[in-house]
Amino acid sequence: MTKATISLKLNGIARSVDVEPNDVLVDVLRDKLGVKSPKVGCDRGDCGTCTVLLNGRTVRSCLVLAVEADGSEVVTLEGISKDGPTKLQKAFVERSSFQCGFCAPGMVLSATELLQNNPHPHREEIQEAIAGNLCRCTGYSPIIEAIEAVSRK
Amino acid sequence: MPITTEFAYHKPKDLAEASALLARYQGRAMPLAGGTDLILWLKEGLKAPEAVIDIKGIPELWHLDVKGGSLAIGARVTFTELIESELVKERFPVLWEASRTVASCGVRNRATLAGNLCAAVPSLDGAPALLVYDACVRTRGPAEEREIPMSEWFTGPKRTALLPEELVAAVELPLPAKKTAGCYVKLGRYQGEDLAQVGLAVLAEAGGTWKLAFCAVGPVAKRAERIESLLNGKKLSDALIAKAKALVAQEISPITDIRASKEYRLHMAAVMLERGLKTAAARLAGKGPAYGASLI
Ligand code: FES
Ligand code: FES
Repeated sequence: MTKATISLKLNGIARSVDVEPNDVLVDVLRDKLGVKSPKVGCDRGDCGTCTVLLNGRTVRSCLVLAVEADGSEVVTLEGISKDGPTKLQKAFVERSSFQCGFCAPGMVLSATELLQNNPHPHREEIQEAIAGNLCRCTGYSPIIEAIEAVSRK
Repeated sequence: MPITTEFAYHKPKDLAEASALLARYQGRAMPLAGGTDLILWLKEGLKAPEAVIDIKGIPELWHLDVKGGSLAIGARVTFTELIESELVKERFPVLWEASRTVASCGVRNRATLAGNLCAAVPSLDGAPALLVYDACVRTRGPAEEREIPMSEWFTGPKRTALLPEELVAAVELPLPAKKTAGCYVKLGRYQGEDLAQVGLAVLAEAGGTWKLAFCAVGPVAKRAERIESLLNGKKLSDALIAKAKALVAQEISPITDIRASKEYRLHMAAVMLERGLKTAAARLAGKGPAYGASLI
């Protein structure tokens, strides 16, 4: 295998890193680039805890090779809350929407993408947008209510 | 979990370069588009190619437009792009409706229709709609291009007519000559992010022609031709629907697996057929639920 040097814009900052062809994006983000918000839950595309924005769209970074991200823009939770918590994050805090918080980074990014494309979603649209983000603690209601609250504003 | 197999990574700039690479590896390379299946197979050791050929750098595979009377969907087009396309929603609403049921948003942003067809699992949501629209798959091999009708594409569970040195260039759907309406009915264990327990696409054409295709209830997705011939040219009535439902057991051969029992699938396939026929007929008459509404 030949190592490659990839360059990407990570949370607004240009970064380069050496990767092997079989390195997976989530591992490179966490272990080589020091960004810890994407979590590895299932490692097989089912749970959404590894969600990041790749060129503006949510993807499962456990199913992306790091080399594929060469030349792309990657935004993680750290990137969207650079200037303090967003309105959406504040709504989650107000309602204590999370318990253990493991699903939170992915959930926040999925909801952020939804609200960017559709600022006033219906409840079903919210449910659909986070259907791929599993939460084992909350039963989802406080999460959906927080997103609804922001979408009403 | 790291990927333990080692492979080379190539990102060709055009189809000719991709074909040359596939030929060079003599079937030991695999094309990579969205990766939502392939990366998982690599992690689980189900595939161990010598090289992966990333096709996302090939502009020819990004097309989503009408050419010569057909809609051409390039191999790099994702389900999200299909859902966001007015053209798909207007002209091929059954494909639009089916695309919305595939996995979850974060997967659809990356997963491609072509990749779905290549994975060829029996439950693939993309296939029934393509079958009722008489789509074909355009492939590119080292020496020639081929056009494979959807009806000949699947050769078994996870098997297709694609040869090891070929790649899918596009999926093509002829523009319907007549007015059509239809639906995709999907049964899952819950709504959102689940594989189909039963999937059914129905297409009603003005003039009384019906096209129906099932997935997840046999080794491959396929048309329900006996039911189609029963329905063609007749007016939809409760008696006719009952006859059609009685034919379901001859059309499908479901198995019991982790997602549903054989009996449940058989029963629900008939229930879904009734709803599907009624919904398609209502939509053809300008009534019925909007596309995208859940029919289960
Ligand atoms: S860790 Fe990526 S989807 Fe679960
Ligand atoms: S808060 Fe624990 S998994 Fe969601």
